[in-house]
Amino acid sequence: MAPDPEEAPSLHAVAADNLHYIRATMERAGSFTAVPGWGGVVMGLIGLSSAAIAWQQAEFRAWLITWLAAAAIAVTAGTVAIAIKSRAAGIPFFSRPARQFLLSFAPPLLAGALLTQVLYATGSVSAIPGMWLLLYGAAVIAGGAFSVRVVPLMGLLFILLGAVALFSPTEWKDFFLGAGFGILHIVFGAVIARRYGG
Amino acid sequence: MTRPKSRQLRADAPAPATKLEALPGSAAQQTSELDRLIHERLRLGIISALAVNEALSFTELKALLNTTDGNLSVHARKLEEADYIRCTKTFEGRVPKTTWKISPAGRKALQKYLDHMEALIHATRRR
Repeated sequence: MAPDPEEAPSLHAVAADNLHYIRATMERAGSFTAVPGWGGVVMGLIGLSSAAIAWQQAEFRAWLITWLAAAAIAVTAGTVAIAIKSRAAGIPFFSRPARQFLLSFAPPLLAGALLTQVLYATGSVSAIPGMWLLLYGAAVIAGGAFSVRVVPLMGLLFILLGAVALFSPTEWKDFFLGAGFGILHIVFGAVIARRYGG
Repeated sequence: MTRPKSRQLRADAPAPATKLEALPGSAAQQTSELDRLIHERLRLGIISALAVNEALSFTELKALLNTTDGNLSVHARKLEEADYIRCTKTFEGRVPKTTWKISPAGRKALQKYLDHMEALIHATRRR
């Protein structure tokens, strides 16, 4: 028995609306506190400033301190941004998505901190910028695995950038770090802020 | 957290009239019978939100789905009874805390529902 053709458009619309609702709910549930968009933009600006300052440092030690200080400031800014976004959404700061994000995000960063120490001590400093980008990308992919699709995509671009940086002349290091921690953060932060509420 | 006794809330009240089931012999029906249990909006929301989270608390789900205490508990209980979601009650200090996780059966039900909706869209598009 053939369905009444007049029913078709409304059925189609109802089914499409249901699918849309499921997707919207999943996106909100998976990402609503985890990744702060405007926070990403601020972190990107910090990254760009750091690249500009680090570029002028003659000594490696001063260069390293510049980037480590920038990382500390950016992490603080990111944490504040998560807190603001959670509050705006009426969600507790340590909601499950946020906790899940942090728990997956932290291990690669810890590995990066340890490797920085070792590489600095052994003098293999040329590997540091690429390694930072690679591990940060890994952290973003792990943390954003259950988030909106743009988050793991950003992580992937960090990894690509890190891979290229590892095999490029050391003098270009601030270009790669600026492109990653500066530009990628700003672009993806803006996309997330516009599409996913802040 | 206190949960008001629901007064007029009945989870088994008839779902809003859509004609989704009234499509005999369609691709949709071949895929599966319409799952009335998660066809209801809020229950569909609960299942969808839990599908992308390890677990969510009462407060988180309430804020996320923008609903009331009473509504959420009534509909969540319906899903619990079908073993689509599983409930854990703990205490944070003296405050009782309810969290839910999706069960394998719930995940399967959502997948079937998604297939169903997709089949409907394809069926109507083909004509």
